[in-house]
Amino acid sequence: MPYSYLWLIPLLPFIGFLINGTIGRKLPRNAVTGIALLFTAVPAVIVAYLWTIMKAANAPEVIRVVSRPWIAITGFQVNFAFTVDHLTLIMLSIITGVGFLIHLYSAGYMAHEDGYWRFFAYLNLFMFFMSVLVLSESFLLLFVGWEGVGLASYLLIGFYFKKDAAANAGKKAFIVNRIGDFGFLLAMFLLIAHFGNLNFTQVFAEITAHPEWHGGFLTAIALLLVLGAAGKSAQIPLYVWLPDAMEGPTPVSALIHAATMVTAGIYMVARCHTLFDRSPFALGVVAIIGAATALFAASIGMVQQDIKRVLAYSTVSQLGYMFLACGVAAYSAAIFHLMTHAFFKALLFLAAGSVIHALSGEQDMRKMGALRKRIPVTFWTMTAGVFAIAGIYPFSGFFSKDEILYQTFTSPNPLAKLLWLVGLVTAGMTSFYMFRLWFKTFFGASHVEEEGAHGHTVAQGKDEHDEGQAAHSHGVHESPWVMLAPLVILAILSVIGGWVGIPAALGGHNEMEHFLDPVFTTEVAPTIVGHGLELGLAAVSLLTAFIGLLIAYFLYIRKPGASTAFVLRVKPLYTLLENKFYVDEVYHALIVMPLIVLTRILLYGVVDFGIVDASGKLAGAATRGLGSVTRRIQSGNIRSYAGWLALGAAAVLTVMIFGHSLWPH
Amino acid sequence: MVPIAYYLILAAILFSIGVSAFLIKRNVITVFMSIELMLNAVNLTFVAFSHMWNQVQGQIFVFFVMVVAAAEAAVGLAIIIAIFRSRQTLNVDQINLMRL
Repeated sequence: MPYSYLWLIPLLPFIGFLINGTIGRKLPRNAVTGIALLFTAVPAVIVAYLWTIMKAANAPEVIRVVSRPWIAITGFQVNFAFTVDHLTLIMLSIITGVGFLIHLYSAGYMAHEDGYWRFFAYLNLFMFFMSVLVLSESFLLLFVGWEGVGLASYLLIGFYFKKDAAANAGKKAFIVNRIGDFGFLLAMFLLIAHFGNLNFTQVFAEITAHPEWHGGFLTAIALLLVLGAAGKSAQIPLYVWLPDAMEGPTPVSALIHAATMVTAGIYMVARCHTLFDRSPFALGVVAIIGAATALFAASIGMVQQDIKRVLAYSTVSQLGYMFLACGVAAYSAAIFHLMTHAFFKALLFLAAGSVIHALSGEQDMRKMGALRKRIPVTFWTMTAGVFAIAGIYPFSGFFSKDEILYQTFTSPNPLAKLLWLVGLVTAGMTSFYMFRLWFKTFFGASHVEEEGAHGHTVAQGKDEHDEGQAAHSHGVHESPWVMLAPLVILAILSVIGGWVGIPAALGGHNEMEHFLDPVFTTEVAPTIVGHGLELGLAAVSLLTAFIGLLIAYFLYIRKPGASTAFVLRVKPLYTLLENKFYVDEVYHALIVMPLIVLTRILLYGVVDFGIVDASGKLAGAATRGLGSVTRRIQSGNIRSYAGWLALGAAAVLTVMIFGHSLWPH
Repeated sequence: MVPIAYYLILAAILFSIGVSAFLIKRNVITVFMSIELMLNAVNLTFVAFSHMWNQVQGQIFVFFVMVVAAAEAAVGLAIIIAIFRSRQTLNVDQINLMRL
């Protein structure tokens, strides 16, 4: 079969997982690293080779491999089938490329941790499921990858399982995702009911063949899929797990909770664009959820003190952006932003990890400052990331964010202008909180607790990282080259990554959009507007980014006391933001507590204790009681045995002779 | 010709004597003999029915029972001798190794 090497892309990381997961404990660390890196590097090479095929002249539009049937019953069949089109290719490149860099970085970052082999086994497992997710040709196989990455995410969030917070965060992520998966499952049932199969090509071909289908059950399917996507991609109302997921090691936050897994929801919506295009209502819901999440998370991100939490809320906010783009049917803009975001957010997380590494586990920005000269490589790479996410021209984030804002502004959605405004405000907030992070970490006065004060940090147990690091902490130090190399590569990508999508208005060709054209043959007619509007919007968003920068500069550099004074003036709002709008508390009161009460009283008290336990205990007591009576029969006296035997025989005979009259025939 | 009921009544009486002796007697050898009595009561019914229906199977069955009884007697007596040698008694109430 041609292209059968596609199977290798997921299978190699899986082999790596099997090796490291089973005998990794006994292998030396170098061998574990070597295996993990090799089995992620080879798929990256295969993906690079796929590019040459897909970019060649008269290239096939899709590459497909199909196995023997996986599930085959009358009227319904699912195969193990992989397909590569332009969308999958971009996703695969992000997953294998960024994934490999993060594996490399982890070799340095995790060097002093226990469970080193376990960490790499889980990372490889994640790579396996994530490539299955994007390669799959059917909803069902996609769901396998979908659940699998959830599992890997759970295992990695709870990597420091001895710490309560980490174990709880893992459980929270898993359970919140179950809610979304429930929607996904229902959507699949509806698809089976209406289409009789789950293959993308067949389902979408049938929708295309029926132009009269609008809304109705398509809306139902789309909304259920959105529920699934909202779980995986951390959108309102299911975003609560992502900030907590920062309990995992920093490379995990970079790989799973920024660059790849959380974008699965956006990928899925983009993949099902044929379906969503037919349901303006579902698209509107996606757009509103996205815009709301973007604004909401950005506002929380502005006041967080933990460097990773800022990035976590920023991720939620950026995912909201991508959702917004999907919601206005600008799928290629969403994927474009997904790509640039994968670069700069992975970079930001890894750089933050490098800062944390340098400070031997400190994550609180109030205890940082003036690190610019002391860890210069980290500083410069992080600067690239900050400028990219803030949307400063010509860094990558500018182009993708601008594309989304432009598409939103010109979309036929009745709320387009409002959504655009929300996006713009969010862009300003993003710029503000990123520069706030930048200034607080690298500029101003140093608040680093120097050598000797480390005992204090360790005791606080901010991050288990401390404990592994304690042995080799010699004050602030730059990270080893295995950590810096990925940072530099990602920094370069964060700068130039956006240039594949320079819009025509700025003298580019927007190659990104043309590249994805074969996938997103949208039925919604594009609005034709002049370049003037596009340039104007770009200028406005750039201006907003600079305003965010200036406010951050003013509050944290020019007048360091001003921020405190300002906070005092808007105390209630600040408290509200600092406590993340009390969403966790509200969920706890409205959902978790009633569930706990219900389970304690009804399920534990009545069902478990009253019925299950009681029936078991009753059976036991009955057996005991009967036994205590009947054991007297076993006296050891042969003649009494014989007596019972005779009595029994007499009883049987009596029944046989006279029994006829006792029951009717 | 003797009616079948007479044979059956006789067999029932013999069987009942065997059962009661088995339940009452304590001497192992007497118990053993009561078992033989029960077996022979059953043999008697076999023969009686065999004669009544003019069928030979009943009589053949009796031969089998006798063979088994003979074998049982041989093994049983050997066991009884072994028990007597080790315990110096033939009272079944004192041979209760299998009690809980």
